[in-house]
Amino acid sequence: MRTGACLAVVAALMFGATAVPAHAATIQIVMENLVVSPAEVSARVGDTVEWINKDVFAHTATARNGDFDVTLAPKKTVTSVLTKAGKVEYYCRYHPNMKAVLKIAP
Amino acid sequence: MFVRLTAAAAALSLLTGAALAQGAKPTDPQIAHIAYTAGVIDIAAAKQAISKASNKDVKAFAEDMIRDHEAVNKQALDLVKKLKVTPEDNDTSKTLSKQASDKLAELGKLSGAAYDKAYVANEVAYHKAVNGALETQLIPSASNAELKGLLQTGLKIFQGHQQHAEHVAAELK
Repeated sequence: MRTGACLAVVAALMFGATAVPAHAATIQIVMENLVVSPAEVSARVGDTVEWINKDVFAHTATARNGDFDVTLAPKKTVTSVLTKAGKVEYYCRYHPNMKAVLKIAP
Repeated sequence: MFVRLTAAAAALSLLTGAALAQGAKPTDPQIAHIAYTAGVIDIAAAKQAISKASNKDVKAFAEDMIRDHEAVNKQALDLVKKLKVTPEDNDTSKTLSKQASDKLAELGKLSGAAYDKAYVANEVAYHKAVNGALETQLIPSASNAELKGLLQTGLKIFQGHQQHAEHVAAELK
């Protein structure tokens, strides 16, 4: 049991060191009262975004460059992993006045 | 274009004019009634669009309108229940309903691409008029903080709808 846990940690460290240079993080982006916050956030490829919709309305997080298009049902959270670097402007297709920026480092 | 703008301007001045004609700003029960009526009108227009529209983006837009306006109106009903306020019919609500039923009849005579364009153009004008009324009349007049808050959320939602409608309108050209 103990050995197994140690091996897992070693494996994770090794894997982390070789495959992913930085620890993959989880970033929360909240939509509430038709406002996206934070309005601008930095992330890295491999990070997970938790899209949290606190409204009773459906929203989307739609990248202007077509990189992603996440649909968020009312009061639901959806996660997605960032796969491509770039400064991505995104908006809600249903309420295009909801806009924000995601800066994704390689 | 000229006709559309005139219609929007007329709707807006009627909205604010009718309320002003009463000699005082609208009361919270009247504001609740006006806001709810404005939602019901857009839901009725969207239901007509779902049965008549031929363009898939127009149909999808209409479905979005039903979903959002029903959600807003549900919140409004929950709030008036909580505040023990009974929405009160008034001249502005009556004028809005009358205009809307005339518009529904007018749109009902159109079909195909002509209908799609006219529905979306009216959605742009209608949301613009309602947003103007919310900003200049209803929000400033609301005395209850929760009602004011709901109207402010409503304004953001409807501004979103206006922009969405403008996108759909631009794609139909």
